[in-house]
Amino acid sequence: MDAKLEQDIRAEFEPQIRACAHPQELVVHLLRAIQREHGWVPDEGVELAARLLGLQPIQVEEVATFYDKIYRRPVGRRVIHVCDSICCWSRGEQEIRAHLEARLGIRLGETTPDGVFTLLPTCCLGACGRAPAMQVGFRLYGELTPDRVDRILDEERRAAGQGDPP
Amino acid sequence: MSHPQVLFARRRPGQTVSLETYLQEGGYQALGGAVGKQAPAALRKLVLDSGLRGRGGAGFPTGQKWSFFPADAPGPKYLVCNCDEMEPGTYKDRELLVADPHALVEGMALAAYALGVTHGYVFVRYDYEDVFRALERAVAEAHGAGFLGERILGTDFGFELHVHGSAGRYILGEETSLLNGLEGVRPNPRLRPPFPAQRGLFGRPTTVQNVETLCNVPHIALHGAEWFKGLALTPGEAGTKLFGLSGHLNRTECFELPMGVPLREVVEVHGGGVRQGRRFKACLPGGASTPYLTAAHLDVPMDFGNLDRAGSRLGTAGVTVFDERTCMVAATLNLLTFFARESCGWCTPCRDGLPYVCYLLERFERGQAGREELALLKAQPAFINQSFCALAQGAMGPLEGLLRHFEQELLDHVTRGGCPFGGA
Repeated sequence: MDAKLEQDIRAEFEPQIRACAHPQELVVHLLRAIQREHGWVPDEGVELAARLLGLQPIQVEEVATFYDKIYRRPVGRRVIHVCDSICCWSRGEQEIRAHLEARLGIRLGETTPDGVFTLLPTCCLGACGRAPAMQVGFRLYGELTPDRVDRILDEERRAAGQGDPP
Repeated sequence: MSHPQVLFARRRPGQTVSLETYLQEGGYQALGGAVGKQAPAALRKLVLDSGLRGRGGAGFPTGQKWSFFPADAPGPKYLVCNCDEMEPGTYKDRELLVADPHALVEGMALAAYALGVTHGYVFVRYDYEDVFRALERAVAEAHGAGFLGERILGTDFGFELHVHGSAGRYILGEETSLLNGLEGVRPNPRLRPPFPAQRGLFGRPTTVQNVETLCNVPHIALHGAEWFKGLALTPGEAGTKLFGLSGHLNRTECFELPMGVPLREVVEVHGGGVRQGRRFKACLPGGASTPYLTAAHLDVPMDFGNLDRAGSRLGTAGVTVFDERTCMVAATLNLLTFFARESCGWCTPCRDGLPYVCYLLERFERGQAGREELALLKAQPAFINQSFCALAQGAMGPLEGLLRHFEQELLDHVTRGGCPFGGA
């Protein structure tokens, strides 16, 4: 984490923290902001959040590790969350997951060697009417077929190469 | 078959209703008619009389919940909207908020007025970036137009509304876990009592309500309790219900239908029937934690009372349909795997009991189970239902449905030495 990021986070959050009756309520917001800028939350990010909010690092850590969409380890520039809950299961989620693993050459929980994609399972994305579904960064994709997955991966890889936000 | 549209009346495909459109189509009239003109207690009474019940899964009568709330107590009190919609098979709140976010803003402002609350939060799950953006914009628009903030509509009533973006995990939908999430502490559920109405957010009186519940409030305020009851097709029920359809149907969309609509109409008319011409085998009537219904239940009216009597629950009314080729053991294993993964680990029945149920169901799927495993499976709910919060109790819904309606299918796995549907 570089000094510029810390400056930016401070500039974004210090006014909010001053205006807030219970600054601790901003902890998830802060962790998400650090992740937005850095891709994931390193130890220094936890420590920064603790300093800004007047907490012990452990108080931030026990929050950070609870949520599955706060990444406490390095991830690729695009995190793919592929839904494996019941509606997607009923409409071919296994085939989509196997296709993603084969196409990317990685298993669930791994990152591609070029650092572009991390593949993770997720519970229901609330896209049950468009199953099977996955989310890449904040973009939701439904009605997946292996062909459509290939096109999405190409497009996301291209966008990641251009430095577009996830 | 078309039915009156209330919550979806302003919904247009691919669009989000702006403040301008919302006002043109009757928006904020309910707020204008209540604030400063109607006593808060009268509004609470109206909601009680309307028979509105919570749309988030538990179905608790909203007016009754509000009657426990210390509306006249001094000091900060909070209204929290639960939009942590993460029950598999449930996507109605997303559909509603992407279409018409001001409906929630107005519903919350009215509820806040009724409950003497000055601060509210909408708790939005991480993955609902579309909802988050729609709400942030609606809150800003409402603020600019004087429907939120200080001195709403020139009265001395003020209400500030914050939108909180979460970071994942189903357990946050449990209301005390959600309150811990909002406070920024580790969101394990809290012991009850004290209930949130006494000690909730930041230790202050708090009411937590689902999106759809709150969006009904302006309509009840405008048209009255009798009108709201009259929307239901069945006696003792009230209002419409958003049904999110999924699974093996031809049309997997979200529909607003009257409370009490028969399951058969939901499946055959709105869902367009089971896809590929196959037969209906079973469904989850209201999300992942509701016991299965079978083809024998197709004439059951979809409402709170009738689904209780049928041995299931209306839950969130996310209807997931399974065709005749579905292995119900495998489906139940998928559901229990979800609950086991989403367990927060706080209590033993949930943390250790749910993986054990998965282990037993896997043995059936692999042909490693005998009658002993069946007896063990049957013994689990009594133990797991002792869990600290409702997550593990919800997980017992599909397991109990499996044991009640599909015991023969479990036995077939035993006698055939594996899954008769070719799974696992």
